Amino acid sequence: MSTTAIDVHAGHHPKGVLPWIMRWITTTNHKDIGTLYLTFGLLMFFIGGVMALVIRAELFQPGLQFVEPHFFNQMTTVHALIMIFGGIMPAFAGFANWMIPMMIGAPDMALPRLNNWSFWLLPFATALLLITFFMPGGASASGWTMYPPLSLQTGAALPFSIFAIHLLGLSSIMASINIIVTVLNMRAPGMSLMKMPMFVWTWLITAYLMLLAMPVLAGAVTMLLTDQFFGTSFFTASGGGDPVMYQHIFWFFGHPEVYIIILPAFGIVSQVIPAFSRKPLFGYAAMVYATAAIAFLSLIVWAHHMFTVGMPLAGQLFFMLTTMLIAIPTGVKVFNWTATMWRGSMTFETPMLFAIGFLFMFTIGGFSGLMVAIVPADFQYHDSYFVVAHFHYVLVPGALFGAFAGAYYWLPKWTGHMYDERLGKLHFWLSTIFVNITFFPQHFLGLAGMPRRIPDYAVQFADFNMISSIGAFGFGLAQLIFVWLVIKAVRGGPQAPAKPWEGAEGLEWTVPSPAPHHTFDTPPVIK
Amino acid sequence: MQMNRKVGAYAAALSVLTAFMSSPAWSDWQLNMPQGVTTISREVYDLHMLILWVCVIIGIGVFSAMIVAIVKFRKDAGVQAAKFSHNTLVEVVWTAIPAVILIALAVPAAETLVRMEDTTESELTVKVTGYQWLWHYDYIDDGVSFFSILDRESNAARRLRSGIDPATVENYLLEVDNPLVVPVDTKVRLLITSADVLHAWWVPAFAVKKDAIPGYINEAWFHATEVGTYRGQCAELCGRDHGYMPIVVNVVSREEFDDWLAENRRPAVTQAD
Repeated sequence: MSTTAIDVHAGHHPKGVLPWIMRWITTTNHKDIGTLYLTFGLLMFFIGGVMALVIRAELFQPGLQFVEPHFFNQMTTVHALIMIFGGIMPAFAGFANWMIPMMIGAPDMALPRLNNWSFWLLPFATALLLITFFMPGGASASGWTMYPPLSLQTGAALPFSIFAIHLLGLSSIMASINIIVTVLNMRAPGMSLMKMPMFVWTWLITAYLMLLAMPVLAGAVTMLLTDQFFGTSFFTASGGGDPVMYQHIFWFFGHPEVYIIILPAFGIVSQVIPAFSRKPLFGYAAMVYATAAIAFLSLIVWAHHMFTVGMPLAGQLFFMLTTMLIAIPTGVKVFNWTATMWRGSMTFETPMLFAIGFLFMFTIGGFSGLMVAIVPADFQYHDSYFVVAHFHYVLVPGALFGAFAGAYYWLPKWTGHMYDERLGKLHFWLSTIFVNITFFPQHFLGLAGMPRRIPDYAVQFADFNMISSIGAFGFGLAQLIFVWLVIKAVRGGPQAPAKPWEGAEGLEWTVPSPAPHHTFDTPPVIK
Repeated sequence: MQMNRKVGAYAAALSVLTAFMSSPAWSDWQLNMPQGVTTISREVYDLHMLILWVCVIIGIGVFSAMIVAIVKFRKDAGVQAAKFSHNTLVEVVWTAIPAVILIALAVPAAETLVRMEDTTESELTVKVTGYQWLWHYDYIDDGVSFFSILDRESNAARRLRSGIDPATVENYLLEVDNPLVVPVDTKVRLLITSADVLHAWWVPAFAVKKDAIPGYINEAWFHATEVGTYRGQCAELCGRDHGYMPIVVNVVSREEFDDWLAENRRPAVTQAD
């Protein structure tokens, strides 16, 4: 009998380097895979971050000081691809893996081997993307959107980048199938859909969006591949093709992608704000419906990314109106979070700070989002730094701050130790100050007429670019605090109780900290 | 020691600040969208300001509620959490009010858009073709056509570590050899296309931004009401020198334009007359 007991835990604390490596490569445990995803996301966040700093270093002053324009374009392109597909999506997949089974009272994900595979595709896919820097012609430099005909001028990197995107998409599709199956089949008895934690809801909806959107991206880039190598002309005008069709197909993926990135952050914030307000989430049902409405609308607004391509008037009006509609469910979300705090009994530990930071700054990104929906005004905003400011507000103090809120919230559950609260608060305040120094001036740059994706600029844009670059370096350095804090919490610190947060609710807080390798082998009872 | 460090920090902050202030462009830094010099650009500016103020007002409301909550409902102030978890009336109200605001914004936006898309009754037509990395202008009814490329001075200064201070170059990166010349108070129609990859023709003062797409001819128009020189840039990533294909438009008086046209008319066309 004792051998069986050892076998069960053999995967957990193996001795020696090779068994340790094999344990992580072969693991099918949702917590291990969650850890892998989160670690990988953090690593990619720094790789993409270094590229952002190359961009900001070059833009510190007018004139070219550090890199050639072609390399600059490679930086903007790969920065985006790495941050989206390597950083933020895997990070949220890590949260899903770690937390969804524990939040719904399931012993593991429904498809553990698929889970292993969907993670282990990622390092190879991103490696494939990154080695293109060393190929003739360098990495892809046509922007993360890879619009033809420009993307067809890419050198040897094109097929490798496309194959990397295929692999990343495959990984996302498998992860989303796994999440859908887990949530629909493995909830503990008594946990009806409308009793699920909000984080599980947002991920369920996100998973459906991923399942709809990722194959479309795969189709778009495959057509690029055949245009380049197999003599088709889907997007080549001289062969009877249509370059604008690529943009329609791409953004049919690309706009849902925006919500694939932000909805899990909505979910995390919907867990954190009630916990630290010691009050239930305001309007739970409305939050679920709002999330579903946002997901639906995200499928019918894609062409607002391409108002300047010369669409018919009716098309422009349609996409303007549907885009403006998104403001309604998004507004409901922001109002409900505020109403959750209203008459609560709030404390401000680091997870709550990041959630409140999210609430304020995501709202700013939402406002500029409403502005870019207004077509005549968008003719001025489009492809300018105003748009850069807009989507970075949604992605950095939006999605990324959501991820930080979740990381601090669940870190005691993952590591069994309380993190250093002082370091956490320092991380929050420095991040908040520098993210605004970085991105707020970019609104002014865009309105004053600075186009995006340029390595050099007219001298009237010099001051705000300098401010923005200083902010970017400050923000980058501040993130090292987070790494140090996580290492400290993994290695030691005060023992975390099963429920370290007074107001936290949910099944994950009923298991000890750190969460044992296997939880809920027998389903819990839901009242 | 403590004192020294503080002084050091102030000195550093001060030097950064003076670096900003001494920069030559400080005098003309710009925070907002230009009003521009066309009827449409002013309408666009008004729309921009309308939506901006709507956002500011809603923002003040939402952010004040958040700040009041953060200040008032704190555990360390001894507040007990309320138990409510929904309120149907409030939820319906804050779904309905944004809907009304959105309609109020959509109507003027749609009206302006309809006017922007009306390219009829233009008095002058110029075909604009984007190339990597220059523009070509063709006055199709007048037999004048030419390329327009980044001027030599900017082109020398923009090289990696050129040693030329961009601040010493007049209109750095925003100057061309041959500007587009158009008459004032005239509806000018542009037919925009591309010979290679995507470009976009953007002059903020006209509120015109339209993609140049191979195989497509896009239409845009402007009606400048003030004589002057207006500058813009390519706005769609078009490869290595995307940042180096500026647009310069000289809006001149009717007479000046006719003289310019006569001077620049192609010999072939003159023979045909």
